[in-house]
Amino acid sequence: MKKVTQISGLSSLFILLLLVSTSTYAQKIKPDADNAGLTLPAGFAALKVADNVGRTRHIAVNKQGAIYAKLERLDNGKGIAVLKDTDGDGRAETKTTFANYIGTGIAIKGNYLYAASNKEVFKYALNATGDIVDENAAATIVTGLVDKGQHNSKSITLDNAGNVYVNIGAPSNACQEKDRTKGSMGMMPCPILDSAGGIWQFKVDQLNQTYATGVRYATGLRNVVGLDWNNQLNQLFVTQHGRDMLNNLYPDLYDTTVSAELPSETMYAINKGDNAGWPYIYYDHFKGKKMMAPEYGGDGVKTVDDKYINPAMAFPAHMAPNGLLFYTGNQFPARYKNGAFIAFHGSWNRSPLPQEGYYVVFVPYENGKPTGKWEVFANGFSGKSVVKNPRDAQHRPCGLAEGPDGSLYVSDDVKGTIYRIMYQK
Amino acid sequence: MQRIFIVFVFVFFFVAGASAQTNNKVVAASIARGKTVYLQRCMVCHQADGGGVPKLNAPLDASTAVNGSDISKLIKYIVKGLNDRIEIDGEFYANAMPAAADLTDQQIADVLTFIRSNWSNKAAAVTVAQVKQTRSKLK
Repeated sequence: MKKVTQISGLSSLFILLLLVSTSTYAQKIKPDADNAGLTLPAGFAALKVADNVGRTRHIAVNKQGAIYAKLERLDNGKGIAVLKDTDGDGRAETKTTFANYIGTGIAIKGNYLYAASNKEVFKYALNATGDIVDENAAATIVTGLVDKGQHNSKSITLDNAGNVYVNIGAPSNACQEKDRTKGSMGMMPCPILDSAGGIWQFKVDQLNQTYATGVRYATGLRNVVGLDWNNQLNQLFVTQHGRDMLNNLYPDLYDTTVSAELPSETMYAINKGDNAGWPYIYYDHFKGKKMMAPEYGGDGVKTVDDKYINPAMAFPAHMAPNGLLFYTGNQFPARYKNGAFIAFHGSWNRSPLPQEGYYVVFVPYENGKPTGKWEVFANGFSGKSVVKNPRDAQHRPCGLAEGPDGSLYVSDDVKGTIYRIMYQK
Repeated sequence: MQRIFIVFVFVFFFVAGASAQTNNKVVAASIARGKTVYLQRCMVCHQADGGGVPKLNAPLDASTAVNGSDISKLIKYIVKGLNDRIEIDGEFYANAMPAAADLTDQQIADVLTFIRSNWSNKAAAVTVAQVKQTRSKLK
């Protein structure tokens, strides 16, 4: 009995040492003097791990701290960049590239790296040092997904039961007979939902899965770009890009101000079989209601109360939530643990009003539920106090990842800057 | 003789100047009307600065196609919309462009004249006759 206590005492000492060494490691890394141009809460600091990596969509960090960046445009024919900090200063000294496809989604689970093109999902074995065993030995686990240009990026996340979840965005704004065309009615039922506008679930250990072998896990989601498996709740969470152009398509029902502020961008906690309602509804965070879409008989007043799930959290319109991450680390203060970070790519559909977004948001969670208030966590990516036109933004946040020491990594898909945010007080 | 020549030159410049002035006025009016059309129908995607949205909606400012001589192509984009994924100045844009076939020939001429002369663009005005001719072939 005494022996057991001794061992447990020893192991707590070991854990304590490990914690101390982890935090010392974070202390050793010097942030940039200007915090990489970011504005952060007190006690946080940032540095640029790398610049000009290429248009980086999502990122994954392995146990050794190497960053895998999924590129939206090929860099000398390659679509994944690997960034390594070889001298421990927090900045990447080496960059190598592999994979001959563009895309958005990338994730590490167990000893595998998963990456998505705009049509497929691939899997690569990792060795003990977190490196790809054979860059040319990609196993195609999913193939033949819809890619029609609009909303074609595929994001991925994995659960703990051998499944990968893939968003398949709808190649449409509101499922009109003629996309984005004034006076064109919504198709009933929306035929797009058969193969897009939802989340599909596939097995990680089966090759060449298609729509026929996959499971439509959730539907009625126009275009999800941020998705993450919440390990605390063992549940899928997604962030949806709400529809555009209420004013342009229905000027009599929505003025330019209302159209700039609606509909909400939404985060959903997803259960298998859920329907979030696109294209038939949109969410209005001012009213806290699901509204009937004007293409389906809505008038800005009619609500829909049954059938479709409610968002876990709603945000101002058009800000484009592109990255979602539930924080599990110990480096940040306790209130951040199990809360959600969301990378907002930034709006374009608020014109003539100034654009919004272009920042990373934190959503505090208590007892597995969001507290209901979100806060801007990291701002300044755009390099402008106000972004009037999207092309003026110097950087746009897109992907999020947590490092082994609990640092938060943010990718930018304009210039390919990788930011690392640390807590240092 | 010399006097007659001077009078002739004077008259010539007066007439030419007056017609250029009239023409300027016509173009200015077209630009003003075109701006109204632009704000209602184009700006939401192509933005107030004509810069478009990177990777989604094509820029009109400093675009080679917009400033080019193939005006019929521009007219066709407005009348028929654009669903094909096309490369513009080395970039691809993902969003579909809706057809604006409800616009009149005059409105199309006006909005193109506005677009081609606004921001850093300095291309020639588009006339109603040009729109009419292209449109008749599209139907």
